[in-house]
Amino acid sequence: MKKSIEEKLAILADAAKYDVSCASSGSNRSNKNKGLGNSTGMGICHSYSEDGRCISLLKILLTNYCVYDCAYCISRSSNDVERAAFTVQEVVDLTINFYRRNYIEGLFLSSGIFKNADYTNERLIRIAKKLRTEENFHGYIHLKIIPGASEEVIQEAGMYADRLSVNLEIPTEKQLKKIAPEKDHSSVYQPMNLLTEKIFENKEDRRKYKKTPKFSPGGQSTQVIIGASPEQDLTILNLASSLYNKQRLKRVYYSGYIPVNEDSRLPVVTNAPLIRENRLYQADWLMRFYGFDVKEIVDDANPNLDLRMDPKLSYALRHPELFPIDINTAPYELILRVPGIGVKTAKLIVKSRKFGKVRYEHIRKMGAAMNRAKFFILVPGTPIPPTIQPQKIKHQMVSNSQQNQLQLFA
Amino acid sequence: MPTNIIYDGSFEGILTVIFDCYERKLEPFCISPRSNNQSSLFSDRIEIDADPEKSNRVLNGLFKKISKNGIDKLYKVFCSELPERELLILEYCKKIFTSKYNIANDFRSQPVLRVQQIVKMINREIHRMHAFVRFQKTKDDIYAATIKPDFDVLALSVDHFKKRYQDQLWLIYDIKRDYGIYYDKAELKTVQLNNPVWTERHQIKEEVLAENEKRLQIMWKKYFDSTCIEERKNMKLHLRHVPHRYWRYLPEKTIL
Repeated sequence: MKKSIEEKLAILADAAKYDVSCASSGSNRSNKNKGLGNSTGMGICHSYSEDGRCISLLKILLTNYCVYDCAYCISRSSNDVERAAFTVQEVVDLTINFYRRNYIEGLFLSSGIFKNADYTNERLIRIAKKLRTEENFHGYIHLKIIPGASEEVIQEAGMYADRLSVNLEIPTEKQLKKIAPEKDHSSVYQPMNLLTEKIFENKEDRRKYKKTPKFSPGGQSTQVIIGASPEQDLTILNLASSLYNKQRLKRVYYSGYIPVNEDSRLPVVTNAPLIRENRLYQADWLMRFYGFDVKEIVDDANPNLDLRMDPKLSYALRHPELFPIDINTAPYELILRVPGIGVKTAKLIVKSRKFGKVRYEHIRKMGAAMNRAKFFILVPGTPIPPTIQPQKIKHQMVSNSQQNQLQLFA
Repeated sequence: MPTNIIYDGSFEGILTVIFDCYERKLEPFCISPRSNNQSSLFSDRIEIDADPEKSNRVLNGLFKKISKNGIDKLYKVFCSELPERELLILEYCKKIFTSKYNIANDFRSQPVLRVQQIVKMINREIHRMHAFVRFQKTKDDIYAATIKPDFDVLALSVDHFKKRYQDQLWLIYDIKRDYGIYYDKAELKTVQLNNPVWTERHQIKEEVLAENEKRLQIMWKKYFDSTCIEERKNMKLHLRHVPHRYWRYLPEKTIL
């Protein structure tokens, strides 16, 4: 029986929702010839679903028919789920209609694998091409690249998409082999490395010749699933760090595994590891915006992040010898390391202190979280001078946050 | 001399007030727009209307000290409509004019920090306009939206829409301040509607909507529901990102 667009949308949005990438940022594509759409580099979340996640793009699968049988995936071939497939025109129409109403920033298109990787990739590209060339659409397009894609396919995808992503899914090859027998890491790294090269070359070319067409101007990203396999945070964060440094990825997404399938190859979990996922994102932020090296966040002695506190506080408590930091003289990079002081506050502090001494009250008003920061700073006007007693601070912070959590669930 | 100043409520008016405060050595304890002060109890009030020559001299003076970027910030403070805005702008300008250096980055100073905070609030509201405006296609092919921003940010928000929606007619109407901005595929026009086509709850009346419009809104709602992961449901977080007061403008929150 033929399904209505509404039915397809319900099935194929539901199947796409486990891919957590949501960004609509990092690209720059201006409206030309009175067309539709514009991307400025700043992402916009147009709504938030009731799980609190940002809705920025129309995130759907082209189809959830799949020849693969990956243990963690809801759409795996051995599952008895309702299947559907959009036509090219249906996806194009939905994207345009939603975009014109300001529901979305653009399209995120992924797919189950039918026949083989490139057959699938080509169909995804066809939709992006139609949007760009026939509909004069300049909104955001994120295309998923199915592992094993050929160079020709990647070249074409990059011409129409703002961002491309090949998902690693399972952090280590050994574990991947166990739960996704048809996949291997080389089929992921090959297209990923090709993308790194092409994106870099394109940037160079555009610097020399302004008219060079853009190639995936928003770069590339990937996703790893957390908790479907036994890797430690040390392994995951080392992987992320190398993806940022070697492959020059814009984002690594961490997706806390939600038990959608019962499978002897998977660990028995009842709840998604949401706190662990959150701590991994915090650690990721420390690497990307706070100048932390992965070795400073996790090491052999501390291979997992402390779930009870954020990784920056945890770092400060492991390194009492670095504190207190003098707010009026320390370089920006060190001020960024103070728990409770973020990028914005650190910038305000550094700008303001050129005019005179910055005091306790000033930085509180500028937005520092003094309940944490107060232990780690030297600043005039402090009610109580800082004493770095890690055990005491830890006790206080952890019992505070536990109290807060109790209130949350009361 | 402590004074109560009434001005015409325009940004140029405020700048003129600043000029007069300097020239006439006024020290106002209250500056308010005329509309809020029809029958004043104070007899010793001074009325000031915008004077382009005076306001331009203040603008030029500010431009030399804090450049266009700084003036944009003051304009945003003005758009906040906060009761404190006039005195804050005055105090800020005094600081700027009396100090030798450009103190616009000295956030230890109360007016400088307060301006920064208000600018942040305004920018957030502009961003929310970009996010939460929802167009509905009408029978005469206009993509129309009603909205009630916390601050008067419509004019600051529309450039984004103009760049994005160049090949469709659109209208965004601020219900609270009773004006809208209309794009006719060529330029932006400020409009005021005599016969509003929305209900008491600010919903555009169904009889003026294009044929397929409701179906598309229902599809969007379907998408909104399907993309949510039930096991991760977190209404507290949802509410923090989508505050209640915007719900009535969002089809995903109004359609059952």
